[in-house]
Amino acid sequence: MLKTPLNDTHKRLGARLVEFGGWEMPVMYRGINDEHVYTRTAASIFDVSHMGRLKFTGDDAEKFLDKVCTRNIAKVAVGKSAYSHVCNEQGCILDDVIVSRFKDHLYMVCNAGNREKIVAHLKKHIEGMKVKMEDLTTGTVMFAIQGPAVLPLFKEQSDKLPIKVPEIPRYGCFGGSYMGMGYTVFRSGYTGEDGFEFVLPAMAGVLVWDFFTKDGGPDRATIKPAGLGARDTLRLEAGMPLYGHELSEHVNSLAAGCKWCVDLNKDYVGSAALRKFDSDGLRFKMTGLALEGRRIARQGSKILSEGREVGEVTSGTLSPTLGKSIAMGYVETALSNSEAKLAVDVSGTPIPATVVGLPFYRRQ
Amino acid sequence: MAVLNDRRYLKSHEWHKLDGDICTIGITQFAADALTDVTYVSLPAAGKEVSAGKPFGEIESVKATSDLVSGVTGVVAEVNSKLNDSPDLVNSDPAGGLDDQGEALRQVRFRKAPVCRRL
Repeated sequence: MLKTPLNDTHKRLGARLVEFGGWEMPVMYRGINDEHVYTRTAASIFDVSHMGRLKFTGDDAEKFLDKVCTRNIAKVAVGKSAYSHVCNEQGCILDDVIVSRFKDHLYMVCNAGNREKIVAHLKKHIEGMKVKMEDLTTGTVMFAIQGPAVLPLFKEQSDKLPIKVPEIPRYGCFGGSYMGMGYTVFRSGYTGEDGFEFVLPAMAGVLVWDFFTKDGGPDRATIKPAGLGARDTLRLEAGMPLYGHELSEHVNSLAAGCKWCVDLNKDYVGSAALRKFDSDGLRFKMTGLALEGRRIARQGSKILSEGREVGEVTSGTLSPTLGKSIAMGYVETALSNSEAKLAVDVSGTPIPATVVGLPFYRRQ
Repeated sequence: MAVLNDRRYLKSHEWHKLDGDICTIGITQFAADALTDVTYVSLPAAGKEVSAGKPFGEIESVKATSDLVSGVTGVVAEVNSKLNDSPDLVNSDPAGGLDDQGEALRQVRFRKAPVCRRL
């Protein structure tokens, strides 16, 4: 099992560590609910060093990524990041990634559990192209700082930092070097809150984590650590798909509700299949559901309509912000509307459910 | 974590405390911590029969749903109805101590509990 450079930090903070995507990761420190609420109301820091980080240089770097990504990478300007899928020839999802463009290179963040698969897939398509791909995952730390207090905090502390962090626009990125230490900052996250993600060399990253989590005094919001448990409930409220749940090699990018990141007018691995899905129509559609009561629908729970099985739940939780049982899942396209009377089979009990638009939660 | 000697345990972390012919069942602190924040507890109605070694209810948390297993055969005398509105009581006091009103936080009480040796 791989360990991030912050492993000892998590142990010191009393985290509960679990295996995730081949890494030993903190699932929680103080409690999932507590960390969730704190992220929605103040600021949390998440170790996301397990995420794969790949760097692409060379004349064909852009052309290469456009050959494997559903998103039009040529349109991504310097200093911007773009969410994309990487598909197989069938238009089904191998991974969901964020591609960012810097002055002299392109950068991809992929899922921890898919890193080896994606590296192998990319190597297969890289032949004959002038591209150098480097896997920077294990030598660096990546953490996300998320919550409504993050921007004010960085504005207030900006004189202490070498980078003008608050000036990075939404879905922007900025890379540079400070005292010989390379750094990368992204204005993105996976919680539905505003925030930043930092990539730093391993040693420096551990020290900067400590700097950010130091108590700033009674009148100042303190950044507290949060684990993958809260990250999961936060992203679910924000209606963001998770690989292995909403996204997999069994579903195509259009059914997953991600047409906005699919360019049907360029050619890449899976584009022909995706164009066919687009013209033929989709049998199932990614759908948000609100369930009656407090019971939680789990991945694999059947979605029913008048006793007939019409879909399957991919994620569910009791939303800490809304106090309601929410779920995402695939429902027959014809029934994926707010008039449909649906139910979810929770341990043999059909729980009435209604279709609701995603996201479940949107920040003010 | 202190082990309470006034009760007996199943390997699946349900505790059983015998008082006359009433056996009270709950889950251990270890199990409550492992489940994380409990969101729902499904318990049988009073009068329902339960069997030793068989599930009698379910406990749900953000992370997972687990069966509640009884170590005794008997008839349900009473369940802690407070868990309907406040399932988090399982996290705050799974050992069934006293709440702030001085009331016992019983999980489930069984009448007739002759099979305690199976615990």
